[in-house]
Amino acid sequence: MNKLNILIVGVGGQGTLLASRVIGNVALRKNYDVKVSEVHGMSQRGGSVVAYVKMGQKVCSPLVEKGEADVILAFEQLEALRWLEHLKHGGKIIINEQKINPMPVIIGKAKYPDGIIDRIKENYDNVVSANALQIARECGNIKAVNLVLLGILANSISIEKELWLDTIKKTVLQEFLEVNIKAFEAGYSIR
Amino acid sequence: MKTLMLGNEAVARGAYEAGVTVATAYPGTPSTEITENIAKHDEIYCEWSPNEKVALEVALGASIAGARSICSMKHVGLNVAADPLFTASYTGINGGLVVVVGDDAGIHSSQNEQDSRFYARASKVPMLEPSDSRECKEFIITAFEISEKYDSPVLVRLSTRTSHSRSIVDKGERRDYKLKNYKKDINKYVMLPTMARKRHGAVEKRMVQLRKYSNSIEINKIEWGSKDIGVVTSGIAYQYAREAFGDISYLKLGMVYPLPEKLIRNFAKEVGKLYIVEELEPFLEDYMRSFGVHAIGKELLPVLGELSSSIIREKVLNIKTGTNKSINVEVPVRPPVMCPGCPHRGVFYVLKTLKLTVSGDIGCYALGALSPNESIDTCICMGASVSVAHGMEKARGRKFGKKTVGIVGDSTFIHSGITGLIDIAYNKGNATIIILDNSITAMTGHQHNPATGYTIKNEPTRQVDLVKLANAVGIDRVRVVDPFDLKELEEVVKEETSVDAPSVIIARRPCAMLKPVSFDGPMRIIFDKCKKCKLCLSVGCPAISDMGGYPEINEAICVGCGLCARVCDADAIEKAGVTNE
Repeated sequence: MNKLNILIVGVGGQGTLLASRVIGNVALRKNYDVKVSEVHGMSQRGGSVVAYVKMGQKVCSPLVEKGEADVILAFEQLEALRWLEHLKHGGKIIINEQKINPMPVIIGKAKYPDGIIDRIKENYDNVVSANALQIARECGNIKAVNLVLLGILANSISIEKELWLDTIKKTVLQEFLEVNIKAFEAGYSIR
Repeated sequence: MKTLMLGNEAVARGAYEAGVTVATAYPGTPSTEITENIAKHDEIYCEWSPNEKVALEVALGASIAGARSICSMKHVGLNVAADPLFTASYTGINGGLVVVVGDDAGIHSSQNEQDSRFYARASKVPMLEPSDSRECKEFIITAFEISEKYDSPVLVRLSTRTSHSRSIVDKGERRDYKLKNYKKDINKYVMLPTMARKRHGAVEKRMVQLRKYSNSIEINKIEWGSKDIGVVTSGIAYQYAREAFGDISYLKLGMVYPLPEKLIRNFAKEVGKLYIVEELEPFLEDYMRSFGVHAIGKELLPVLGELSSSIIREKVLNIKTGTNKSINVEVPVRPPVMCPGCPHRGVFYVLKTLKLTVSGDIGCYALGALSPNESIDTCICMGASVSVAHGMEKARGRKFGKKTVGIVGDSTFIHSGITGLIDIAYNKGNATIIILDNSITAMTGHQHNPATGYTIKNEPTRQVDLVKLANAVGIDRVRVVDPFDLKELEEVVKEETSVDAPSVIIARRPCAMLKPVSFDGPMRIIFDKCKKCKLCLSVGCPAISDMGGYPEINEAICVGCGLCARVCDADAIEKAGVTNE
């Protein structure tokens, strides 16, 4: 692998940080140079959040900019739409079908766009969507949404599955391990 | 061992390896995790200080007493700590003293984007600037060496992106640092005018030595590539420049104050076109111009916000970014919001109902300025809510004052609100100050403070009694209310703003994100009863949405605090799973 830029977008509180950390540690164990950039502080409070993961022989800037993402992992539909310009031509976009209304929509000052996933699929070639919330619920905990999505992502990166599983074991809390592994496996089986 | 570390964790690791035994801070994004990580080491005394000024004074005291000490803060915290910093520059140190400051270019979580490098120049204290986590660790160790070699505090400047990005760090061993002997030395540590004049001389001498040293220090280094273009840069800007320019020549400054004049001149001579790539102000540019080296910098690059490699590519190299197509749809913004269950929401509901003028402060509750709460008029700096409310009343008189309150969090009140309150009491003000006591420093990620009763290491300790404290400074009228008891809160606010006396209302309810706080499950709308009045939407909770006329509660994020049910006139909101019949 020469270089891989991943953009993880979602809503503060959805668990994007854990996902970016797992990917970062997998890259480290593959002996890649790696940088993971996170958002802390104010925007974490239910705002639009983004994490960048970059790996390769040598990584300089920690940011993934417009047109640079090989993969966008979107935890929420509207956030997928917001960050589309960051996708590289021919890049892959993985979208959780979950919708979370932002405050302007909640108070009726803006409209949540209709048919986001269909429109993205019409315009981009490499799109995978899944109802990760439902899958997580079936696995036993709706908070495992991030692991379902991580599973889908892992399947599209040429790094062996065992390394992902082992890294997850070392990253997540013991009490949630079983459900998290189950969620990851469920995601991994989605094409 | 190779580890993936946040820049802030790496700073903490550097402090640990350097043998630090005292670490102090007031939490502030992007610097908070430095001290949180240092606190994990039992060998190091560590504290959340009430504010940055105290933090730096404690660290300086520890240094004078012979320990290696470190003090961390965000950029605006350095304004608060500027007073001890400028004089610490005169006294110098005994054990090494390092002050870490996190700048927030792009204003991710701050009230301004000031450039801390000016503090280095103004206080005549050397400043280092790492560009990734590995350097964060190494530069901290170097900073302690410089501090002790040149008898000076040393500043280390981070940015949001160095603090909050993870990159690879090699862990080392902790060095065994023995406390330096403590010797009374009034000429060095007692800054009365006679002694201070002499120490100013010592500072100037130190500057001469540091300028010379900056030409040979290893962290100022030239990376030769093509000599057609040369870039002088530092910190995170170096990473963006590397990505944008590729294989050209770089003078990467690890020390950004003072600058290595000789090294810069030699570099400038060797390269064709000379650029300066720096985030925020033209600090390097102006400084280099002062010794006659002119280069292209801010005439092309912005002083506003964060840099990035695409900005450099576009502005300097005229290469357009190959953006992917977007879909032509209006994408609503998603501003941060107060969490479901947040106790502040009750306060804002009442303040908006009463149409008060509200001076706000720094914390999660600053979000009360945004729609739909829209109940904050000002937000300036830590503690300013208290003094601004006082100033407003003094300017416009008592009638205006009766429609004005200041709101401040528990931690912010301790940080700098208390002095404003003393001012109100002393100078015969009548302001009403509402302390939003959620029992934690919430915005920065739940740090303890003197009002919570626990230390940074989660040990129980003496707890500031906010009621007694207000009483003690001369505020006789102090009321404690539950912000979710909207009726009582409204009554209390009405009463306290109408009396001709200063008052404090403590709106006390713990942050909904704290572990021990639990509500018993989500709420739901009873559609038969709902009058579609949308009053519940006006509390501004992310868990309730307008779904084509009817409000709907999102059970996945509703915690069940019940505030919406309290504002509902029609009795149309109940616990999910509970039937009325």
